[in-house]
Amino acid sequence: MASLAPTFGRGAMTNHWNDIKNADVILVMGGNPAEAHPCGFKWVTEAKAHNKAKLIVVDPRFTRSAAVSDLYAPLRPGTDIAFLLGVMRHILTNDKIHTEYVKAFTNATFIVREGFKFENGLFTGYDETKRDYARGEWEYEIGEDGFAKVDPTLANPRCVLNLLKAHVERYTPETVEKICGTPKDKFLKICEHVASTGNGERSMTSLYALGWTQHSHGAQNIRCMAMLQLLLGNMGVPGGGVNALRGHANVQGITDLGLLTTALPGYLALPSQAEATYADHMKTRRFKPLRPGQTSFWQNYEKFFVSFQKAMFGQAATKENDWAYDYLPKWDTPYDVLKIVDTMYEGKLNGCIAQGLNVLMASAHKGKALQGLAKLKWLVVIDPLETETARFWENHGEFNEIDSAKVQTEVIQLPACTVAEEEGTFTNSGRNIQWHWKAANGAGESRSDLEIMAGIHTRLRALYAKEGGAFPDPIVNLSWNYARPEAPSADEVLRELNGYVLEDVKDPQDPNKVLMRAGTLVPGFGALRADGTTTSGCWIYTGCYTEAGNMTMRRSTDDPTGLGVYQNWGFVWPANRRILYNRASADASGKPWSTRKKYIAWNGSRWTGPDVPDYGPTVKPEASVGPFIMNPEGVSRLFTRGLMRDGPFPEHYEPFESPVANSLHEKVASNPVARVFKEDWKEFGKADKFPYVATTYRLTEHFHYWTKTHLINAILQPELFAELPEALAKEKGIGPGDWVRISSARGAIKCKAVVTKRLPTLTIHGKPTHVVGIPIHYGFVGTARKGHATNTLTPFVGDANVNTPEYKAFLVNVEKTTAPAGAPSV
Amino acid sequence: MATLQSLDIKRRSATTEPPPHVRGNAIEVAKLIDVSKCIGCKACQAACLEWNDLREEVGYNTGVYDNPADLSPATWTLMRFTEFDNKGNLEWLIRKDGCMHCEDPGCLKACPAPGAIVQYQNGIVDFVSENCIGCGYCVKGCPFNIPRISQADNKAYKCTLCSDRVAVGQAPACAKACPTQAIYFGSKDDMIAHAEERIVDLKERGYANAGLYDPKGVGGTHVMYVLHHADQPELYAGLPNEPRISRLVELWKGGTKPLALAGIGLAAVVGFFHYIVKGPNEVTEEDDERADQINR
Ligand code: SF4
Ligand code: SF4
Repeated sequence: MASLAPTFGRGAMTNHWNDIKNADVILVMGGNPAEAHPCGFKWVTEAKAHNKAKLIVVDPRFTRSAAVSDLYAPLRPGTDIAFLLGVMRHILTNDKIHTEYVKAFTNATFIVREGFKFENGLFTGYDETKRDYARGEWEYEIGEDGFAKVDPTLANPRCVLNLLKAHVERYTPETVEKICGTPKDKFLKICEHVASTGNGERSMTSLYALGWTQHSHGAQNIRCMAMLQLLLGNMGVPGGGVNALRGHANVQGITDLGLLTTALPGYLALPSQAEATYADHMKTRRFKPLRPGQTSFWQNYEKFFVSFQKAMFGQAATKENDWAYDYLPKWDTPYDVLKIVDTMYEGKLNGCIAQGLNVLMASAHKGKALQGLAKLKWLVVIDPLETETARFWENHGEFNEIDSAKVQTEVIQLPACTVAEEEGTFTNSGRNIQWHWKAANGAGESRSDLEIMAGIHTRLRALYAKEGGAFPDPIVNLSWNYARPEAPSADEVLRELNGYVLEDVKDPQDPNKVLMRAGTLVPGFGALRADGTTTSGCWIYTGCYTEAGNMTMRRSTDDPTGLGVYQNWGFVWPANRRILYNRASADASGKPWSTRKKYIAWNGSRWTGPDVPDYGPTVKPEASVGPFIMNPEGVSRLFTRGLMRDGPFPEHYEPFESPVANSLHEKVASNPVARVFKEDWKEFGKADKFPYVATTYRLTEHFHYWTKTHLINAILQPELFAELPEALAKEKGIGPGDWVRISSARGAIKCKAVVTKRLPTLTIHGKPTHVVGIPIHYGFVGTARKGHATNTLTPFVGDANVNTPEYKAFLVNVEKTTAPAGAPSV
Repeated sequence: MATLQSLDIKRRSATTEPPPHVRGNAIEVAKLIDVSKCIGCKACQAACLEWNDLREEVGYNTGVYDNPADLSPATWTLMRFTEFDNKGNLEWLIRKDGCMHCEDPGCLKACPAPGAIVQYQNGIVDFVSENCIGCGYCVKGCPFNIPRISQADNKAYKCTLCSDRVAVGQAPACAKACPTQAIYFGSKDDMIAHAEERIVDLKERGYANAGLYDPKGVGGTHVMYVLHHADQPELYAGLPNEPRISRLVELWKGGTKPLALAGIGLAAVVGFFHYIVKGPNEVTEEDDERADQINR
């Protein structure tokens, strides 16, 4: 999200599941799709079977994905950036980049301001007291014509590409080996495979998931891959892309609809306190092109914003009241999970609604979450299952130590039905919005989440209507036009997201001709308007439900080119485009880079191919409009200007808990702008007491904290365990199946030991370093064996851009122990 | 589990009458398990439990990924995980264990209860519970250590190759569930042809000894494996290199069983019983010697 948008313009999987089969090289790093996405992994199998693809896995553990790989290399958790900057250095110094692509479609030739520097681990503008950068200097030189200056010859040392070369120069194979522990020969072998795709003939796909996001520099991990794929020319082509694999069936959907605490649906911005007026908000969102003639599609921002406000507030949103801009809350600071838990812990939160989130198990530092929940006045849990969160107040011995008598929190459980018991849509990783039908009635008194939320809203609304209050307007004026207000249908909501025409829209050429009739569904986001005559709850979804019907119900398996482009299966945002930035599959003149990778090409009068062009369909190649139409530059960004908080180039920072110093810049060990709450500084452990590197992850047999309640899953993987390298087990006299105690600065757990060759003892800075792996999934509720919460151990620090907790890299100690009280010893 | 009228029986345990064979043109089927494509997700195991209504008790972690720890009356298939250090390159070999549906089934040959084990014309070997007397001879007769006797009802259980599904033209539940198509199902000929393609691919990827596991010692099997290291099947959690039925079982079966009163028959029976109670069901030199003596 937070790195793809600054690089390419949109924050989503750029290609899609079926397209993985078109890859020649599949690099799995920062994810473990065989384990966490076994069904999607079939496309990797297809690529191997029918495209002779090579599968490369880079992971601290030899995973289930690695089990079927052609090449595997280990690395220390939290050092992906060093590895990937090393790969970039390799292809830059060996001239393996796709130069023509890089010059034409990235900002390689753009000239950066003299003021921008990188020294001693810091970029220009760092303020230590604020732990933040002033990012003004991270910008292009702007010419007198108002456009960014470029040097197509790349002679200027201030060109982005030259700055990048200088930046990555430090990441030699030796440095990579020293920091990551990846043997040099394996590293170089991987470099060769990767480099084999920098030519337009072959393509590499990158598959990643939370193995990259859950770090204090998570966004920059992904950013490295985005840059690498641009240097290789692997963006916009079949079998290429940077592909975020989503861990829940509908995570893409919830993200599209405003999951991020500072975003509105469709990645519009939720205003901050600094934007008191509508004019303030729009002022920074004009998105004037930075190069002549560029699309800069976000120039349409206001159309989408106004249409959103009309969808939200209907007639209460007028031009006169700035489309009810005052109804929107203005944020002071992002309210991500860590922030919410910290606020609870500080005793500053009265109530909490946990909907589909088992926060006690899922939050980092379980001990803090437990204390936080106990300080709430009330807690509402909306979930189809019994969760630990709903029972946080129960004492379960060492699995959940709490003095129940002291807890004053009132807990209300609202049973939701499961997804198969309601209709609606899923949006998958590949942005495909697919309708699902109801298969059965929910159990007992359960209701759909939609009905539960509607029930809460209609009651609150009645209270506000009756009693007034400080500012009842946004609630009583919320547009709520459903046949049954207490139970809207998913069909009605999807239409609302798509949007309606409010007044007849006439043809500007011929006022007698009506282009769109009032009351009809908007055909696509191109028809949205800033004058209040259209609505759209989520502009990127527009087109999913039109007068022709519910497009998300389509299930055609026609794939005319055999490239896995099922144009009439579901509806893919935006505008049913399967591969984003697909115009980049052809060179500047519109000719495909190769016949093998032919996708969208210019036929003399228009852009054609199996997909919807991500480009003006009749814009001539000579017009030099860049393929990255969302960016004001028209091209993609190797240098992200000020769009990421922690730097326009990635840099290796150690995890907040690391066994070694940062050998590149000792004074700036870890991400200098990652947010740490005051109380948590003292809760970071050091290697003297916690000498081993730990990481956490999912297992195929389970899905988060749900399936431990299900008998078959519990049979297949019954009990919490930790994976230990053989050398560590030997040192400590631990055998397979023994009980071990794993502790971090924040707490300790007990679990079984799996002693394995698959967890490495790496040589880091010349010293042997053991890596310990601990799956999540277990707790004190369910059918599987009662277990400790793995997140008892994890640190309370998040990514600098989106605050995703650093679940993937921290320090622990390991000791042999005996069974926890209450657990039978076997 | 039960005999299926739509599937003709080719062989029946402890029975000498000729089987019906008017529908003798049934196609021989096979399940091909491509170990090189398996990700060990256990979807096949879950599907087996679902389809056959089996529920094991929730077990423990014993220090490995194999769960439950072993085959049982309620676990007819099980993923067995082996870590193999191949000259500095780690491999994680994941084999789906279960009945191999031998063309020449040791279990059936060893079984003294008439009609407790049958082989259908299509090659599937099935246990018929109502005829099973729970003696456990099948366990010993099996070169793959597959059948398990239930403590609850004293009957033998193992994979049926979803004979009920196959009888109505469906693939086994495991094959249907496998996300990576590591499990193929079809005619034995087609499966061999498909395996050959896979072996070419594996050889190209550097597995010089990739090959098909269809052991001749048991007349071939209706469950076959594609292995990266076909020269070393033992690497895969002890898959036997040259499985064969003990010659004692052969003797017990080979025409001698109905003539149990003849001296040679008696010797065979004694030898066989020794073999049955002795322990592991690998065929030892000693057993073969004993068989040779009896036969002489
Ligand atoms: S594997 Fe064992 S149980 Fe299965 S058919 Fe062969 S001998 Fe019988
Ligand atoms: S379902 Fe397929 S991939 Fe999964 S464990 Fe079974 S054979 Fe392997």
